Amino acid sequence: MPDVRTHEPDDHDNAYSGLLVGDARWAFGTDFEDPLAGVDTTVPDGVDPAALATYCLMLGDDALVLSQRLAEWCSNAPDLEEDIALSNIALDLLGQARLLLARAAAADGTQVPTLPAGSPVPDEDRLAFFRDDLRFRNVRLVEIPGGDFAETITRILLFSTWRLALFEELAHSRDAVLAAVAAKAVKELTYHRDFAGRWFLTLARGTDESRRRLLAGLDTLWPYWTELFETHGVERETAEAGVGVDPAGLAADVDVVLDQVLAASGVDRPALPPLAGVQGRKGRDGRHTEVLSRMLAEMQVVARAHPGGHW
Amino acid sequence: MTAALRREPTREPTREQALARDPVLARAWDAASAVVDPELPMLTLVDLGVLRDIAIDDDGAVVAAITPTYSGCPAMATMRDDLVRELRAAGFADARVRVVLEPAWTTDWITPAGRAALAAAGISPPGRAPGRAGPVPLRLVPTRRAVRCPRCGSDDAVVGSEFGSTACKALYRCLACLEPFEHVKEI
Repeated sequence: MPDVRTHEPDDHDNAYSGLLVGDARWAFGTDFEDPLAGVDTTVPDGVDPAALATYCLMLGDDALVLSQRLAEWCSNAPDLEEDIALSNIALDLLGQARLLLARAAAADGTQVPTLPAGSPVPDEDRLAFFRDDLRFRNVRLVEIPGGDFAETITRILLFSTWRLALFEELAHSRDAVLAAVAAKAVKELTYHRDFAGRWFLTLARGTDESRRRLLAGLDTLWPYWTELFETHGVERETAEAGVGVDPAGLAADVDVVLDQVLAASGVDRPALPPLAGVQGRKGRDGRHTEVLSRMLAEMQVVARAHPGGHW
Repeated sequence: MTAALRREPTREPTREQALARDPVLARAWDAASAVVDPELPMLTLVDLGVLRDIAIDDDGAVVAAITPTYSGCPAMATMRDDLVRELRAAGFADARVRVVLEPAWTTDWITPAGRAALAAAGISPPGRAPGRAGPVPLRLVPTRRAVRCPRCGSDDAVVGSEFGSTACKALYRCLACLEPFEHVKEI
């Protein structure tokens, strides 16, 4: 495709001129170099680079897919403040995803999709936009459609409560990059969880309608909840190597926090069974519900149409 | 010789001593100190605490280290380009920028000059970031902050939204002068 840069900054007839003149102007684009530039990405001793990369994809895909689902709220939230809040949370998660996908690529380049020679697309974008659903490693909780505002709040509460507990441990990873990404993300997940917890309480104690919607949302999400605590082989391997976290060990801490919110809200845990996988395989294995492929189709279509494009 | 130093307010004397001994490094810091944050242009990257380090290697190459404020900070590329441009203009042909992720940025690194610049621009500066020991506590009641309206000075203000026009700011409303204002959140 033609180079879309313009070199006419004074061309007042073209609203897009001046946007891509000379130096890069966009943080998330082909012009932005490695977000880990200058960071030592050496894989620690005794760690399988492929397993570390896959583990980073798991945590990165969780954030990327939920970020995309939350971004769907942009201009659709109940009011401007919540619209901005959801977009802010989506942006934080996108930033976490970007660092984790870049870390995956640095650990094991063979997992990065190959593009035509000369393509300027950076590794983390190749992973985000050029993998099919079967290669996404996210838990299924994050991929199902957003539902209404109450369900969205409930999903952020569940996800951020779990991820915060996970990242507090991951901040002690033997992999210095994962540890740094996690330590930073802990600050963000803290206010994501507070935001969702307050809204959960507000909706539960609000009107009959807000409570009805909240409980319906919780019922929709609950079958996906226990999957977050099931240990995949890669999680076990990286945890044993001291770089990852075994999610099974998080359940007790997560329950304490979640029960605090549920008790304050007067909401019981749903008595619903977990959703089975496909022959036992679930999100971490790349086996998803069918909605993920549709979401990815929308998310990836422009990047895939222009594999040589500058952004 | 490698001249490197941490840009932390608490180590200010050390930095000044190092710069006094090394005029070339001082020139690099001067040049880099001209760069402002793209989203908070009343603050330099030094004021914001984002410029963490400058080192000059034996070949005269300058390497500036910056850290993102938030994981999704969309301004990193602009900061990098601006730094390289200023350093080149100051005569450092080989100027590079590297990213440091650890320790994570905190609003405590915003300098006193930076706080004053924020207030002068009508943005309420952050208080002390919450320290932490043990698990992160859940807060189901709105975050309480000692916030002062940057317009009229009243401390009678209510939070309108914990999320503002950029990731780092919350929206407040002053109940005395009734004007809205932004507050840089403590992280």
